[in-house]
Amino acid sequence: MKIHRINALLMRHIYLFQRSLPRIMDILFWPVLELLVWGFLSVYLEKLNITSVSVLTFLLGAIIFWDILNQSQKAVSISFLEDVWEKNFLNIFVSPLKLSEFLSAAALLALIRILLVAVILGVLAGLFYHFNIFQFGFYLIPFMANLLIFGFSLGIFTTAIILRFGTAAQILAFGFIVLIQPFSAVFYPVSSLPQYIQYVSYLIPSTYVFEGMRAVTSSGVLPVWHLVLAFATNIFYLLLVVWFFYRMFSSVKVRGRLMKLD
Amino acid sequence: MPIIEVKNLVKEFGKVRAVNDLSFSIEEGKITGLLGPNGAGKTTTIQMILDLITPTSGDILVFGEDMKHHREEILSKVNFSSPYVALPNSLKVIENLYTFARLYGVKNIREKVEELADFFEIRAFLTKMTSSLSTGQLTRLNLTKALLNDPKLLLLDEPTASLDPDIADRTRQMFLKIQREKGISILYTSHNMAEVEEICDRVIFIQHGKLKDDGTPEDIIMKYGRKDLNEVFLHIARESTKL
Ligand SMILES: Nc1ncnc2c1ncn2[C@@H]1O[C@H](COP(=O)(O)OP(=O)(O)O)[C@@H](O)[C@H]1O
Ligand SMILES: [Mg+2]
Repeated sequence: MKIHRINALLMRHIYLFQRSLPRIMDILFWPVLELLVWGFLSVYLEKLNITSVSVLTFLLGAIIFWDILNQSQKAVSISFLEDVWEKNFLNIFVSPLKLSEFLSAAALLALIRILLVAVILGVLAGLFYHFNIFQFGFYLIPFMANLLIFGFSLGIFTTAIILRFGTAAQILAFGFIVLIQPFSAVFYPVSSLPQYIQYVSYLIPSTYVFEGMRAVTSSGVLPVWHLVLAFATNIFYLLLVVWFFYRMFSSVKVRGRLMKLD
Repeated sequence: MPIIEVKNLVKEFGKVRAVNDLSFSIEEGKITGLLGPNGAGKTTTIQMILDLITPTSGDILVFGEDMKHHREEILSKVNFSSPYVALPNSLKVIENLYTFARLYGVKNIREKVEELADFFEIRAFLTKMTSSLSTGQLTRLNLTKALLNDPKLLLLDEPTASLDPDIADRTRQMFLKIQREKGISILYTSHNMAEVEEICDRVIFIQHGKLKDDGTPEDIIMKYGRKDLNEVFLHIARESTKL
């Protein structure tokens, strides 16, 4: 792997973001809007005093972590699509760039994006709702790492599907993650799902993050096996998805579709 | 040593044999035209040389080495341009050039970009958005990108296809300048036979993925007893439809 090639791809996307309002909005505006909507809803629910737990912490924590996952996924699949839309993909792949470098650049982009979003939402939630993101203490790091990795895997998966089936499948890049949400126990505990769906939930790495977030909020500790399972499932999917991506890429080269992606 | 050596190259897309047992080699420092009717297999061949399409069978050696084991080394000395690829519109010209200079690991990026900007006379719009360039300016920008890594070999797929006669002529002069001043070997496709006659040292005719003929434009015109390359092209293309 060569750093200068990874850097080239990173800079290409940073140039793009600097002056593109829709892209900046994707990081700044929509997540903040969402935070505000859920924040005020939480404030209202707290006033109603219907539960003993802190609705505010649960919902705001959920929305922030969900957005981190979402940003990681988007960073990967959209950065790929940008080059397909611009017909630039072949230009990149006639250079000595390796797939591993391409994937590394995507991972770094995802990291930059989730850090930005975490800081922005963390500060705003603190200012508006006295929500302290550091209440998760040390767990914040494994939580974010797991969301980053899982979002990256989702992004690579959708990218591989688009490579294989063309941009007609790009709706996946935007829609796939929504399919995950109900199973991933974002806003409610796994225990509130029907038994057979719970099995599915526990196959999804992000479930452990959301369950963990609630566990830390209500009891201050997190069962270790939660973290272990989060990382274990995550690494399993990561390896699977990277393998799948390499396979799809070479299948596209065999079928001669690389220049016909759009 | 030939700069490209293609041996018994075959590419099948399902039942379609796009390239059918094709062999040829091209020499250093020459402009070689890869000619043939639509669907003859030119683009497929070029993309196989660039490792964008995996051949069904056969060998391709570039600079005497094969892509499987020397991809990084080979591609760092090759570049490509075609109207079906583009530099991102949403970036400034200079940002695009810097991006590709980094991608190719160019040492003195600023110097290189300035040198080529002068060579192709694009200095005046380096800080403009790529989307604001005219077709002629874009053609020069794409060539600038293609020379950033000081390639030894340039592959161009129908580079003059969508250009008006004036810009197409300027572009041809640039190819000659690139070849003469920088000693770069060029393999390129075109359907404009007058253009090919003007700038190619040698032409390779393919048809149905097979080698049809190979030689200097003059030799080929003589061999078929026609008045120019265009007539030869028509002869070859129509001969096949009779079959
Ligand atoms: N990805 C592909 N899948 C299926 N058939 C293809 C593909 N690419 C090219 N072909 C077919 O292969 C043949 C050669 O195409 P191509 O190399 O594009 O020809 P040329 O560039 O000489 O016009 C044509 O019959 C074309 O339809
Ligand atoms: Mg073609």
